[in-house]
Amino acid sequence: MIGILPAMSSPISRDDVAHVARLARLELSSDELDRFTDQLGAILEHAADVEALDVTDIEPMHHPVPMSNVMRPDVVVPSLDRDEVLAQAPAAEAGQFRVPPVLGEA
Amino acid sequence: MTREAVVEPVLPEGWELVVGCEVHCELATATKLFCGCRNGFGDEPNRNTCPVCLGLPGSLPVLNEAAVAFAMQLGRALGSTVRGSVFARKNYFYPDMPKDYQITQYDQPTNVDGFLELPTGARVTIERAHIEEDTGKSTHVGGSGRIHDASYSLVDYNRAGVPLVEIVSAPDIHTIDDAKAYVAELRAILVTIGVSDAKMEEGSMRVDANVSVRPAGSDELRTRCEVKNINSIRSLGRAIEYEARRHIDLYNSGQAPRQETRHWDEANGRSTSGRSKEDSEDYRYFEEPDLLPLDATADEIAAIDDAMPPLPAGRRRLLTDAGVDAASAVILVDRGHDHFAAETIRVGGEAALVARHLVHNLPDGPGEVDPAALAALVEMESTGALSSTQAKTVLAELAASGGEPSAVAAAHGFEAMDTGELEGILDDLIAAHPDEWTRFVEGDRKVQGFFVGQIMAATKGQADGKVVNQLMQARLAG
Repeated sequence: MIGILPAMSSPISRDDVAHVARLARLELSSDELDRFTDQLGAILEHAADVEALDVTDIEPMHHPVPMSNVMRPDVVVPSLDRDEVLAQAPAAEAGQFRVPPVLGEA
Repeated sequence: MTREAVVEPVLPEGWELVVGCEVHCELATATKLFCGCRNGFGDEPNRNTCPVCLGLPGSLPVLNEAAVAFAMQLGRALGSTVRGSVFARKNYFYPDMPKDYQITQYDQPTNVDGFLELPTGARVTIERAHIEEDTGKSTHVGGSGRIHDASYSLVDYNRAGVPLVEIVSAPDIHTIDDAKAYVAELRAILVTIGVSDAKMEEGSMRVDANVSVRPAGSDELRTRCEVKNINSIRSLGRAIEYEARRHIDLYNSGQAPRQETRHWDEANGRSTSGRSKEDSEDYRYFEEPDLLPLDATADEIAAIDDAMPPLPAGRRRLLTDAGVDAASAVILVDRGHDHFAAETIRVGGEAALVARHLVHNLPDGPGEVDPAALAALVEMESTGALSSTQAKTVLAELAASGGEPSAVAAAHGFEAMDTGELEGILDDLIAAHPDEWTRFVEGDRKVQGFFVGQIMAATKGQADGKVVNQLMQARLAG
């Protein structure tokens, strides 16, 4: 399987990309895997540039908006009409969403 | 939930149990964590949904301030450090989670470094208690109803987005009794501070147990299995015991357990393999961009501490300091009858008798009895004015319809037996049973019960057993 080994300089392997794609339920062709390995590698290299900076005295920024504790009061507001909600679903039964059997538990 | 007095199952010698618990509790808010839909158990399916909790495109979460306040209160009740926190997305696919990610807290949870002191004396470290949203509820249809052979599933999103706190203990628990006591204590705290109704049978409190074993005396941590679907404290004990024995059997046969999630099957008393932990653990957490960080100021934390009601451990200590035995204190606090007990003792009731009556004769609470009346009844009993059988009868009547113990006792014709009368009955008995009396005099204390029983029968229970014992001892001394 020499053909799928990443270039020595790439910060992400083709296997890593395949793994992430599987977690995201994306089916990628062999060509796509190659292309995304290159593209993601370039993104990670850019991140590595940032990582090289000395940020010892800089507070981490969690959000670009400089606010915190944005909350709402605990007051009930009307929910959606159930018939309208279930009408959006591919299948419904007994007031519930009907989904294919799930393999593997969450 | 009363703690049962059961015999601790003993694991095979040479092995030590190692358990950590993850307890999810639903917060008793009016609305969900990130939207204004009703947070209600038992509503018709899918009546409480909106674009936010259905994960519809373009919807945005807005944090419920009551959920945050409850979580911080719980953190303080668990002795945690409450601090600034950040929400994160935990990414995975499952139909009960329509956004395809759960909003939770990851590396910066609201509460860290807490602990719980158990009535058993054990101390359990609580690593974290973080805020997250609940998932919807799936029902598997067809086959046996279990997930593996279901032909389809139905999903109700009423529960999706309900606020939870997940309380994660360190692997500090080494006996099944301590595991049960830990969950019972958490439940007592949740109910005391009023942040959750903590009903395991309704799923508002859910316990997962991480179980492993190790050679006794070792401090290694071996491969653990996470056991889910535990629906009661009793079931927790059974599941841990089963799992520990399974691990020991594997090690003894030269194998080892593999790290996995297992599903407790209460009906069959065993756990079955769920999914392997190895690749589903990759949740690709990242900070939730749709929510801002939370701060917790020193003033807020001080205000929470000031408003904290007395917690179960302190309430038990109040009773034991007043002379109640430790086991009764646990029961009285669990039942919420501790305040009544303390008040009765404060107005003069003898602690041991007060506890005995409340624990054994008033399991459903004092009813119409007030502390002064119970104290007076206990006084009549300890001075011998009433036998313990009579006291129980009077108490039942007081609980049902109130009144003064002395008046109720008089109405029943309960009067202290005259000691002279008892002496006469004893004389008759000694004459009728000379052999038994000789054995008693020669030191056979077993026959004492025979005489007490005979006197009780002769007086139709009116005699006070304690007084009879004293009379018999007095004859020996004389």
